[in-house]
Amino acid sequence: MNRPASQAPAAPLLCIDAVGKDYTATVLDSITLALNAGEVLALTGENGAGKSTLSKIVCGLESATRGGMRLAGETYAPASRREAERLGVRMVMQELGLVPTLTVAENLLMGRLPHRAGWLRRDALHTAARAQLAKIGLDSIDPATPVSQLGIGQQQMVEIARNLQDDTRILVLDEPTAMLTPRETSYLFDQIARLTARGVAIVYVSHRLEELRRIADRVAVLRDGRLVDARPMAGMSEDDLVQRMVGRSVSDLEHRPRRAAGPVVMSAQGIGRGTAVQDVSLELRAGEVFGIAGLVGSGRTELVRLLFGADRADRGSVMLHPDPNTAAGATPSVLPRGFASPMQAIAAGVGLVTEDRKSQGLLLGQSIRINATLSDLSAISRAGWLQRAKENRLVQGFVQTLGIRCRSPEQPVGTLSGGNQQKVVFARWLHREGRVLLLDEPTRGVDVGARAELYGELDRMAASGRALLMVSSDLRELMAMADRIGVMSAGRLVAVFERGQWSEQSLLAAAFSEPGGREAPGHSSSSSPATV
Amino acid sequence: MNAPASPAAVAVAAPRPTPAWRSQLGTYLGLMAVLAGMVALFSTLSDYFWSVETFVTIANEIPALAVMAVGMTFVLIIAGIDLSVGSVMALAAATSAAAIVQWKWSVPAAALLALATGLICGTVTGAVSVAWRLPSFIVSLGMLEAVRGGAYVVTDSRTQYVGDAISWLSAPMLGGISVAFLIALALVVVAQLVLTRTVFGRCVVGIGTNEEAMRLAGVDPRPIRVIVFAVTGLLAGLAGLMQSARLEAADPNAGTGMELQVIAAVVIGGTSLMGGRGSVVNTAFGVLIIAVLEAGLAQVGASEPSKRIITGVVIVAAVIVDTLRQRRAAA
Repeated sequence: MNRPASQAPAAPLLCIDAVGKDYTATVLDSITLALNAGEVLALTGENGAGKSTLSKIVCGLESATRGGMRLAGETYAPASRREAERLGVRMVMQELGLVPTLTVAENLLMGRLPHRAGWLRRDALHTAARAQLAKIGLDSIDPATPVSQLGIGQQQMVEIARNLQDDTRILVLDEPTAMLTPRETSYLFDQIARLTARGVAIVYVSHRLEELRRIADRVAVLRDGRLVDARPMAGMSEDDLVQRMVGRSVSDLEHRPRRAAGPVVMSAQGIGRGTAVQDVSLELRAGEVFGIAGLVGSGRTELVRLLFGADRADRGSVMLHPDPNTAAGATPSVLPRGFASPMQAIAAGVGLVTEDRKSQGLLLGQSIRINATLSDLSAISRAGWLQRAKENRLVQGFVQTLGIRCRSPEQPVGTLSGGNQQKVVFARWLHREGRVLLLDEPTRGVDVGARAELYGELDRMAASGRALLMVSSDLRELMAMADRIGVMSAGRLVAVFERGQWSEQSLLAAAFSEPGGREAPGHSSSSSPATV
Repeated sequence: MNAPASPAAVAVAAPRPTPAWRSQLGTYLGLMAVLAGMVALFSTLSDYFWSVETFVTIANEIPALAVMAVGMTFVLIIAGIDLSVGSVMALAAATSAAAIVQWKWSVPAAALLALATGLICGTVTGAVSVAWRLPSFIVSLGMLEAVRGGAYVVTDSRTQYVGDAISWLSAPMLGGISVAFLIALALVVVAQLVLTRTVFGRCVVGIGTNEEAMRLAGVDPRPIRVIVFAVTGLLAGLAGLMQSARLEAADPNAGTGMELQVIAAVVIGGTSLMGGRGSVVNTAFGVLIIAVLEAGLAQVGASEPSKRIITGVVIVAAVIVDTLRQRRAAA
């Protein structure tokens, strides 16, 4: 449906005027964008470019820090999702908003369930639900089925059906096809065509480039919270798009020499769990940083959790290689299905900095002191009794070497900025005798200044002979820090690049590639691990 | 830490850490003020409240409640709950009474049996909830029923008279203070030290705050959970001994509903039901507040219904005040 942009009426349906959003850092920087009735506007960009934040502002889930919007000429500043929906602006979110224990029909009509004096009218409920399901080609689903019994793709379709209502003026779809089969995707596209014909404006958030070609009239590319370009889709090649998504200058760090890699410390052989991680093999070497790139949902976090024993692998193995300096000639120990628990991994000298430090890394209500010494309590205790003087000295040292900005080591970590929180997590692994440190998005939510300090800390750890594995959505960061970069897509490690061999284009192309489908473009296959 | 900070280091140099008790000072003072206020109120309302007799009564009532509240504090800090302590207390009292009266065991052996009974009950609660990942609310609710049934079996559903074999434990000595009171006092001190000064205590607080973060930091939460419940059971067993020493009898209905009194004392002391926060010393204040409230209301001649209404209001009011204080501190 690559039709030319519909003739824009004099006034666009929605005007976004210099909208910006700050959390601790600026995530959206004065976006100005117009949306016309009856068009499909694709919103694309790398992870963290600001696509979701912008969509959420439009749909009332977040409020803008700066700027304003106008809907059909009227000032539009929805305070809540409910208010936006009343004005006909709806959003299908990536995270499903369905209540799994209720039926499909109840979910579809939630908030306007047909009733007589409070008693549910089942017949009317099911008739209305069936009509709504038919719109999107889901006639086969019985509206009385509990949502929890549907597959994830069908749940996604129900979520979409729920938002296809007659009063919709703007429909925002955030990565709607992430879990859909090709057949479901075409139903969705048919439905989008029907909506646009009625004058509904669609904002289609996706980084699936071939999909954008099929459906979008115009495409807006975001990068680092800024609008790079907004132009008709016709005439844009995939290369043009990737160029715009990436298009930044290469910093000096990206040209630094490769670190000298030591012996292999830890390796994984064909490790996997369900479909989330499949047959991943890799080697981590002392003194180098192994980067992991890939889209959100490509299995990066799951891989790190397997390597740490936070989840148990159901196939493959992990090998720990003894230090050749102290135990020359010793054979590596093989752990079938990886570590059994994080305790075992930590005992073997493997540490993990989790992706979500608030829910998995820190004890938010507790002090810096307690958080910093958590993973090595034996270092600050004798016969089970804590040695507070020793602990205080140790923590004072961390606060100074890492430059943690705080009132006192007794300050609760929850009150620190993201960067300082992450330094506390680092502190935990700093004093432990460690051989491997796994880092999952270590700089997420960390401002630029603190990032530089964290990079310096990672450099020092690598220089001291630790093997580091670092997952990041920020390609520039990986290209600056890593000596090798492995790219994950759909649960597989599809390519491994050596420093000097990669470019942002080749990394992105590998991340967008579909394993099992077409071959990852770029010069990657030589070092790509064998897949079964 | 004693070295003078150079001006350049001021920005990053961490100030001298505050001792843990200082951050708790506000709560201590608040609870003490509530306690003093209640004593003052009852003293003006009743001519007899401010007397040695009242003091002795309170000092005698407290130990069993205090000992169980110490264990419950740990349970609440790991975000659990143990509803079975009242029943476990009754069963422990019943087994020790049966041992002394029917099986003619020596007093120390019977006392050990009571403690072992409590320990086993607590371990079962902890182990079952950990092994099948069940909420401790459910498991301990089941234990509450099952153990109560056990107490009926052991006592043949009749009150067992123990006589004065162990009454020295709860008999008031000099100044009305009993051995049981001293044991409870010592336990409060030791438990507070364990909570704040040991690796175990640190892990307990950590697990209550964020169990997954503790697991990923290399601490296995499972044994710690079991130990907390096991110790709470053991302490309920001790409370059973104290109770049968004081009453010189083991009643199969003893301690019915006492779990709620124990939880109330802990909660009044500011321990969070959501876990991660609590103090044994504050729990002791909570125990005192409940005991003073009960004795005071009895002294002023409050009827049973109004006693219960007032107690209920005090519990909720105490928690509201504590919550507001915590929120202000966090802001």
